[in-house]
Amino acid sequence: MINSDTTILEKEPERAAASTPVSLVRRIGGLSDRAIAWLFITPTIALLLAINIFPLIWAVRLSFTNYRANRPNAVLETVGLQNYQRVLTDSDIWIAMQTTAHFVFWTILLQTLIGFSLAYLIDRKFRGHAFWTTVILIPMMLSPAVVGNFWRFLYQPQIGLFNYIVSYITGVPPSSFEMLGSVSLAPWSIIIVDTWMWTPYVMLICLAGLRSIPDYIYEAAEVDRASAWRQFWSITIPMALPFIMLAVLFRGIENFKMFDMVMLLTGGGPGSTTEVASITLKREAFESWRTGRASAFAIILFVAVFGLANIYVNALNRVKQR
Amino acid sequence: MSNATSAHSVVEPSAATKRIAGIIVVLYAIITMVPLAWIFMTSFKSPPDSISYPPKLVFTPTLEGYCNLFTTRTRQTPEYIQSLGPPQSTCDEITRSRNMVIAGPSNYWPRFTNSMVIAFGSTFLAVFLGTLAAYGFSRFRVPLADDLLFFILSTRMMPPIAVAIPIYLMYRELGLSDTALGMILLYTAVNVSLAVWLLKGFIDEIPREYEEAAMIDGYTRLQAFRKVVLPQATTGIAATAIFCLIFAWNEYAFAVLLTSGSAQTAPPFIPTIIGEGGMDWPAVAAGTTIFLVPILVFTILLRKQLLRGITFGAVRK
Repeated sequence: MINSDTTILEKEPERAAASTPVSLVRRIGGLSDRAIAWLFITPTIALLLAINIFPLIWAVRLSFTNYRANRPNAVLETVGLQNYQRVLTDSDIWIAMQTTAHFVFWTILLQTLIGFSLAYLIDRKFRGHAFWTTVILIPMMLSPAVVGNFWRFLYQPQIGLFNYIVSYITGVPPSSFEMLGSVSLAPWSIIIVDTWMWTPYVMLICLAGLRSIPDYIYEAAEVDRASAWRQFWSITIPMALPFIMLAVLFRGIENFKMFDMVMLLTGGGPGSTTEVASITLKREAFESWRTGRASAFAIILFVAVFGLANIYVNALNRVKQR
Repeated sequence: MSNATSAHSVVEPSAATKRIAGIIVVLYAIITMVPLAWIFMTSFKSPPDSISYPPKLVFTPTLEGYCNLFTTRTRQTPEYIQSLGPPQSTCDEITRSRNMVIAGPSNYWPRFTNSMVIAFGSTFLAVFLGTLAAYGFSRFRVPLADDLLFFILSTRMMPPIAVAIPIYLMYRELGLSDTALGMILLYTAVNVSLAVWLLKGFIDEIPREYEEAAMIDGYTRLQAFRKVVLPQATTGIAATAIFCLIFAWNEYAFAVLLTSGSAQTAPPFIPTIIGEGGMDWPAVAAGTTIFLVPILVFTILLRKQLLRGITFGAVRK
């Protein structure tokens, strides 16, 4: 991880340099540096306090009450940890967490395999690779909601293009399976769209990783007569690993929060087979209007993402240091 | 990505390897484009063509989808339609051929305008605030800077629905529910974390000697920021702006929960387009196409900045 090393190295002299010329320059300009620093940083902090932190604190407070947003005038009762206890013992919520884990696992597995392979192939630098890289990128720039909505059309049993192509290849009649309506296929319909959309992202990060490997390492391996297979496993993979792990981290966090695509493709159904954590949360908060309990669930989710991400980042740092 | 062009001497892949790699990548690219091509084609189909079996590759293009997208229509008797004067427009003609008349404009255009106002407004604010804050973090000693930066970034880990619960309550109290201002503030807050993070990286790369030289020449710190740092950071600012814009343009979860009427953006609106007796897929496809085109154009025009921003942002974290 060359880049991160240099940022760390640069930081220290920068800080040392910051203190020396400042006193010399301060008298020249109108505002002191300290004033400018605060002037520049305060608006952002203020905005984040108002729209991120204050609501978060509010949510924490609500999570200890029986507040319901559709009855704002009802008497607010503090119920202590009851909401948390209920969320953690609710079997529906555990099923939703399992569904989420299932999605996160499969989407990351597929996206990493396909994304890394594509990056590796693009790094062979065939003619026109820059153009085709841009083409491959397009899906990840689009709105998951708007495109997910259109995938519903592609998944239609009789008329949908997806079913038609599958039946063309396999010979199964196109109206014999329903991607969105059947319990066994609905999760896969979402995994397919997510993989279609986000593989390019994993590919880009892997590509950055592959391109950060200096040529002289391969040249040295070539001198030592290491086979291409050997080079791949003992140079390419280990050196690109921190990047692959980063891609996994980002996709993991994003897919843990997955909402719009599921909402539009299946809405959590059929039954609750595709009901991921975000959908359950939305139901609790905006359909059942159990705001207090939903807040408790939201905070549990946040702590879970935050905790898992931190454990993962520590593992990542160990890999980098090797 | 700048060192990508360093010459592969011994390690240059063979011509055959390159060809095979090329074929696989191009195949993948074509397959991923099929759904998008299908959206585009469907938008020019008539409703019967769009739901025919087997799916039609060859068809007579019509603007019916676009007409249906922008208008609301009512069914009328043929006698009534005959009694009307000659059709005013192509859409009028198409609508009448289906025994209907145009009743008025649909909500698509107002929703699209909302998307533009909210996306551009929040992008401008996020980049403006983000640039200032990034400069502050990059150049001055801010107490607890690392903690603050990490905290700023960690706000993005929250599931949007979790954020939406208290925001919903707060906006209801403040009268910001279903207003463009409320959405602009919310998207700005979400984007500013990314903006600060990306821009700090870009500004860190600009040598501080430039500003110091300018200040010795008599510039104030603010002038040096405006005339030396900002021009140097243009690429970074552009890359950041695209990311903010794409996020705000595509966002659905907040939009569907916090807007319903006058401030609703296009993403929650498009799935609600339905025709008489079932989905009007050509109209949905038309709405989707119009909605996707700006992002497609941005992606293609600004691909270099985008590539740099994605990898750069990822690698720094």
